[in-house]
Amino acid sequence: MTNPDPDRSLDRIRWRCRRGLLELDLILARFLEGGFERLTPAQQETFSGLLGRADTDLWDLVSGRSHSADQAEEALLDTLRRVGTV
Amino acid sequence: MALPTRKFDAVIVGAGGAGMRASLQLAEAGLKVAVLSKVFPTRSHTVAAQGGIGAALGNMGEDSWLWHMYDTIKGSDYLGDQDAIEFLCRMAPQAVIELEHFGMPFDRNEDGTVYQRPFGGHSQNFGERPVQRSCCAADRTGHAMLHTLYQRNVRANTLFFVEWMALDLIRDASGQVLGVTAMEMETGEVWIFHARATLFATGGAGRIYSASTNAFINTGDGLGMAARAGIPLEDMEFWQFHPTGVAGAGVLITEGVRGEGGYLLNKDGERFMERYAPTMKDLASRDVVSRAMATEIKEGRGAGKEADHILLKLDHLGLDVIEKRLPGIREIAKKFANVDPVKDPIPVVPTCHYQMGGVPTNYHGEVVAPANGNPNTVVPGFYAAGECACASVHGANRLGTNSLTDLLVFGRASGESVIRFLKENPGHKDLPVDAGDYSMQRIARLDGQTGGESVFEVGAEMRRTMQAHCGVFRFPDMLQSGVQKIKAVAERAKRTEIKDKSKTFNTARVEALELDNLIEVAVATLVSADARQESRGAHDRADFAKRDDVNWLKHTLWYRDGSRLDYKPVNLKPMTAQTFEPKVRSY
Ligand SMILES: Cc1cc2nc3c(=O)[nH]c(=O)nc-3n(C[C@H](O)[C@H](O)[C@H](O)COP(=O)(O)OP(=O)(O)OC[C@H]3O[C@@H](n4cnc5c(N)ncnc54)[C@H](O)[C@@H]3O)c2cc1C
Repeated sequence: MTNPDPDRSLDRIRWRCRRGLLELDLILARFLEGGFERLTPAQQETFSGLLGRADTDLWDLVSGRSHSADQAEEALLDTLRRVGTV
Repeated sequence: MALPTRKFDAVIVGAGGAGMRASLQLAEAGLKVAVLSKVFPTRSHTVAAQGGIGAALGNMGEDSWLWHMYDTIKGSDYLGDQDAIEFLCRMAPQAVIELEHFGMPFDRNEDGTVYQRPFGGHSQNFGERPVQRSCCAADRTGHAMLHTLYQRNVRANTLFFVEWMALDLIRDASGQVLGVTAMEMETGEVWIFHARATLFATGGAGRIYSASTNAFINTGDGLGMAARAGIPLEDMEFWQFHPTGVAGAGVLITEGVRGEGGYLLNKDGERFMERYAPTMKDLASRDVVSRAMATEIKEGRGAGKEADHILLKLDHLGLDVIEKRLPGIREIAKKFANVDPVKDPIPVVPTCHYQMGGVPTNYHGEVVAPANGNPNTVVPGFYAAGECACASVHGANRLGTNSLTDLLVFGRASGESVIRFLKENPGHKDLPVDAGDYSMQRIARLDGQTGGESVFEVGAEMRRTMQAHCGVFRFPDMLQSGVQKIKAVAERAKRTEIKDKSKTFNTARVEALELDNLIEVAVATLVSADARQESRGAHDRADFAKRDDVNWLKHTLWYRDGSRLDYKPVNLKPMTAQTFEPKVRSY
């Protein structure tokens, strides 16, 4: 069988979901379990880009206190905002 | 096996506030300094700090370092070392002003001075009235601090090794510390970082409990590494439980909510803090409020179907105040408790928040351990600062805002100590021939394990055990059975197995190695707590309800070898001030 993820990009992304804010840890962990693998390669790249943001900014985006000007980001954030945590 | 080796003047493990304050001191002195971090520096847990940095600047009214010192000693329930506390409080104003000069965007008063907000436990004139002592950058103090220090470090040519995990300390036969082994996550390769001085700034280990305000990254790696290398861990029975973590999720609801007029209710709608702390009520010190909440729950007055939480009411503040003065609280409550605090109270429980104990140091940031009859003999070449260290300034209970102060003051002080040590000790000592073997054996064990235990399940069992047996209230039978249980969990942790053995970015391996560290901390905590037969600060025993200064005014030292305990005296002698004699603590 061929390795579906030869350069381990999923693991890399998984690790970068380790954040300084517990709020983000909880939501991103849920998202990884649930929706991440269903994302298209383009969406995965968008997600990876979001992970490059500062924790405080990313939390503002994910909690809906702020919005991204980028359409693809905003679409993905919409999914993240609906991740159930309760 | 000979591992690839890199040489530095100093290696620092940890790029949070403490690590980066120390590295800055070294890099600006022209030394070659490597800083290792599991995550990008500005994503260290320090980013979560909102409340601020405590320092007696006196910008909002009269203040003095001596009053700050009194508050800290009283807060510590007299377990803090008074020389270290004097040092902390005297150096705090300078540390804040220095950070301001580095470009930290502090909130300001109209006259341009740094604005300071009130915070629990800080007072004027030895407990007379509250004082505004906390310096902040809106609700982003930790974030701003990390960014300021990171920029400055980049300018000073600090070498960052990001997504590197330190595995073990390297000591030679004399006990001198000569660096660490570390794994590059990208390649899975293990390197030796050969250094003339080694500094740990790895933060706390709050993830040993199921209910924790700490991010997943807080796995106590520095403590695990130190313990495996034969260094004792100090005062590990003392963990601060924050009164208001969201029930079930752990996410912190800042004290600011109660500062603005929010209050706690039991299931009968009673504002019970009036019974426990008539003067300070909901704003009494953290250990006092957490204990009152736990009592209400224990006595059947908890809210909810399971009667297992307390309600934090703030709807009476109105939408405007909540949105303007408590930014983000509404989002947290909605997301993690499914309630809108504008209408309904937030379910909260006392939640593990801060580790008062750690790697023992003096106030120069030098690691100390008993040797030749002196309990505070310096371990040459080894330093620690921040939450992973125990100086001890927080004693049995930390005051809010004193941790960030600790990072700045002891980050800088340990950096200065390293500089002095390097001047006196030129050149690298030879590494022992077996320098990397221990780490390689640990990894080989993990990779070769068959029929072993799941990392996730062992971790979950550890967290459940800590939560049930060593929480806010501690009962003798629960402590005793807890010690047995956690030792059994530790045995299981020796047999963890990972399915994925690949080298590149193997997060399963990283998590297994983190568990090795967490479990040391968990055992140290339970064994130390079981032995301490008194109640002091955050350590509260049903069978010994009072503080006992005759027998227990001393620091615990836990050794991994045989899970042995030792004790050392509290230093009651400040540098210049007069001793603050232990008194009954009331708020
Ligand atoms: C929600 C929350 C709010 C808080 N608010 C305040 C506040 O307002 N005021 C206050 O004074 N205190 C506050 N605290 C406490 C304070 O934030 C922490 O005690 C402090 O930030 C710890 O800083 P540190 O530099 O010691 O460690 P951290 O910031 O936790 O950094 C640890 C570093 O070590 C690295 N590391 C760990 N292990 C390894 C390893 N094996 N290999 C390589 N690198 C490693 C990590 O990657 C990270 O860079 C708060 C805590 C929480 C949880």
